[in-house]
Amino acid sequence: MTERFLPLPNGRAEEQLNDAKPLYTESQARAESNRCLYCFDAPCIQACPTAIDIPRFIKKIASDDLRGAAKTILDANILGHSCSMVCPVEVLCVGRCVYNDMKVPPIQIGRLQRYATEWLFSNNIRLYAAGEPNGKRVAIIGGGPAGLSCAAELARQGFHAVIYEARSLPGGLNVTGVAPYKMHATDALREVNYILDLGIELHTGTVVGRDIDIDWLQANYDAIFVGIGLGADGRLDIPGETQEGVVGAVDLIEKIKLDPTFNLNGVSQALVVGGGNTAIDVTRELLELGVANVSLVYRRDENSMSAYAHEWNAAKKCGATAFFGRRPVEIVGDGRASGIRCVKVSPASRDKRSSLVEIPGSEHVIAADLIVVAVGQAKLADTFGGVDGLVFEDGRFVVDAETGRCGQTKWFAGGDCANGGRCARSC
Amino acid sequence: MPDLSVNFAGITSPNPFWLASAPPTNSGAQVMRAFDHGWGGAVWKTLGDPIVNVSSRFGSLSYNGKAMIGFNNIELITDRPLDVNFREIAEVKKRYPKNTVIVSLMVETRDEWRDIIRRSEDTGADGLELNFGCPHGMCERGMGSAVGQEPKVCEEITSWAVDASSIPVIVKLTPNISDINRPGEAAVRGGAHALSLINTIKSIIGVDLKRATPLPYVAGKSTNGGYCGPAVRPIALHMLSQLAQNPNVGVPISGIGGIETWHDALEFIYLGATTVQVCTAVMHYGYRIVREMIEGTENFMRENNFKTIDEMIGKAVPNYTEWGVLDLNYKRVAKIDATTCIGCQLCHVACWDGAHQCIHPQPTSRVPVVDENECVGCNLCQYVCPVAGCITMEDVQTTEPPMNWLEYSDLLSQGKITRRFGH
Repeated sequence: MTERFLPLPNGRAEEQLNDAKPLYTESQARAESNRCLYCFDAPCIQACPTAIDIPRFIKKIASDDLRGAAKTILDANILGHSCSMVCPVEVLCVGRCVYNDMKVPPIQIGRLQRYATEWLFSNNIRLYAAGEPNGKRVAIIGGGPAGLSCAAELARQGFHAVIYEARSLPGGLNVTGVAPYKMHATDALREVNYILDLGIELHTGTVVGRDIDIDWLQANYDAIFVGIGLGADGRLDIPGETQEGVVGAVDLIEKIKLDPTFNLNGVSQALVVGGGNTAIDVTRELLELGVANVSLVYRRDENSMSAYAHEWNAAKKCGATAFFGRRPVEIVGDGRASGIRCVKVSPASRDKRSSLVEIPGSEHVIAADLIVVAVGQAKLADTFGGVDGLVFEDGRFVVDAETGRCGQTKWFAGGDCANGGRCARSC
Repeated sequence: MPDLSVNFAGITSPNPFWLASAPPTNSGAQVMRAFDHGWGGAVWKTLGDPIVNVSSRFGSLSYNGKAMIGFNNIELITDRPLDVNFREIAEVKKRYPKNTVIVSLMVETRDEWRDIIRRSEDTGADGLELNFGCPHGMCERGMGSAVGQEPKVCEEITSWAVDASSIPVIVKLTPNISDINRPGEAAVRGGAHALSLINTIKSIIGVDLKRATPLPYVAGKSTNGGYCGPAVRPIALHMLSQLAQNPNVGVPISGIGGIETWHDALEFIYLGATTVQVCTAVMHYGYRIVREMIEGTENFMRENNFKTIDEMIGKAVPNYTEWGVLDLNYKRVAKIDATTCIGCQLCHVACWDGAHQCIHPQPTSRVPVVDENECVGCNLCQYVCPVAGCITMEDVQTTEPPMNWLEYSDLLSQGKITRRFGH
């Protein structure tokens, strides 16, 4: 496998963080794979967004055919390696394992999947080759999970796929944004290289609309796929937010994963504003990197968090606490943030999405030396607003479920920029 | 308190659990340690003209990650000097007078038999076991299973040994034969006081695909070995029951073949064994397993009001019969308990592809349903179901009187009934 972009520089905070679910040893993989019941019409497959034939690849691990296991996985999902670590398996395949109904621990499908794909990468085995060239060229905007899996499929069918990636590294959130206890950037880049080796052309540091003209793309490619994901961290839009010590969650995670100069010296009290999975990830990362106190600040109650319950429970085990029912109204500080002024709020009705009513006289300041804003990411589709015929809704591409097209014959879109930010799988 | 002691052809033993002649009974130190753990008796590793063994010697059959569900070996009889063996046997018998020590023997000529039997008796051993079963190495030299496979030879050598011996003679039979009754009857004609079976089954345990060599691997080659372990138990039970039913046999039998638990042991006893012999399970887990065998047997006897082992011997033998007298009108069907079903649908696919296509998936539930009219009561679904007690086989009330194959054939030939067909 080509070792582009690797090794990453030493001294990155991510390197201090260990896998929560380490790679299985051969004995572990053997024991776990042999526990699989090999269900017929298995519920785990139905629960997999990419419909990997899970019992089949597990049977292959059990019968010592790791190549076959890896192929079963990657045939269904070329990003099977990162998905094995990133997928919220607890609410997908593992959550549907029939052993749950037996009150027996469910099969650790993600870990078995990682064992098979890791074997493939470690042994540098190429399962796929580019197809016979068909003379057609496809531009792919965005080198994240969506763009890469699209490029892989096109390359295998003989298209010439060209990826334009704005950042200096490909891989998107898999490289910059996945919590290190799930997957390290190095692992994500190994997968990227495995895919690029299909003969995919990659231009990093290239922003379409700035460095490349959209009309030129339309004129020079047979099709265009947009997989640009989401944009910058959302903001609270309250006074004091621009002070030093206030950071966006996605920005911060990227620094933890990739920036060797980043450190958390002097941070002992961090507040994370938000109640989603990114908020939980960053909370856990800060705790594991040695920040003594890390608390969520969330406007609703624990049961209303959009984060997965298993993720929040794991964060609590690491020491996370939370201030529920608080709405930040100001970041206090003298140029450097020292806390969040909050007001207590309670829902106007029992409805989960009910509007929130401020409790009079409840204003108070929660002290912090680091404030992380984890309230979603901006939508990026506006860049393409000038293209005739493209259909958008709420800043996202509207994609025809059958064709993958977004209102225009030549244009296709997938991933977070189309579905709004759910998981690593492609279109 | 149940009494586990047995009298086997005049040999008394504190319990029916003996170690079979094999690596666990290779030396005095081992056998004494085994007796300390509770084994009632031990059949010493076969003595004869000491041989030289190869490396490696054992092979394992694994299933779904579980090692040694079957096992084979190409180890031969003792490779230690005879005088050392005899000295240790005497020592064991002196220190453990209540435990049973049987000396397993395998030699060629009548003089050799006479000599080795005399020396065995001098140790104070309780009995002899003639190894007419070993299916590898020794049989190529005209001994072991080469004897057990030739009833005439089996009878003759047995009679030599019985003539020369003043202690009970057990003949250990090989299963590598089409009808176990023939060598069994031959041994009894030769005067054997008891039989033991089965010895190991001629086998190749597996193939190393990288080296294109069968297993176990010996310098680029291998040879057939003797197969044993849990997987052979059904073969042993069948052969045991054949002899237990045979009126020309009528001597006590020591059952051998894949026994690991009290339940396994009692299955042998129910099919006619007076004692059982264990090897592979001890090679896998050590002598300590005998405690579970003893306590499990005692608990079973308490719960079922048995006071002695004798009361259980052969209890299932009368119910072992020929296919031709089984009732064709008996019917059972599978029932799936929807409350414990986990929806794996293994029963559905097994029935659909491997049986009689009567378990159907449902559009709205993962719990399949049994079409009881089509169900032939084959049991397959019950065995593939991973949930204990979820699938049960239940008797169907029938108005028809019992009718077996012989009766059916008669009625059919008389034109009184029409031919029946399955689904």
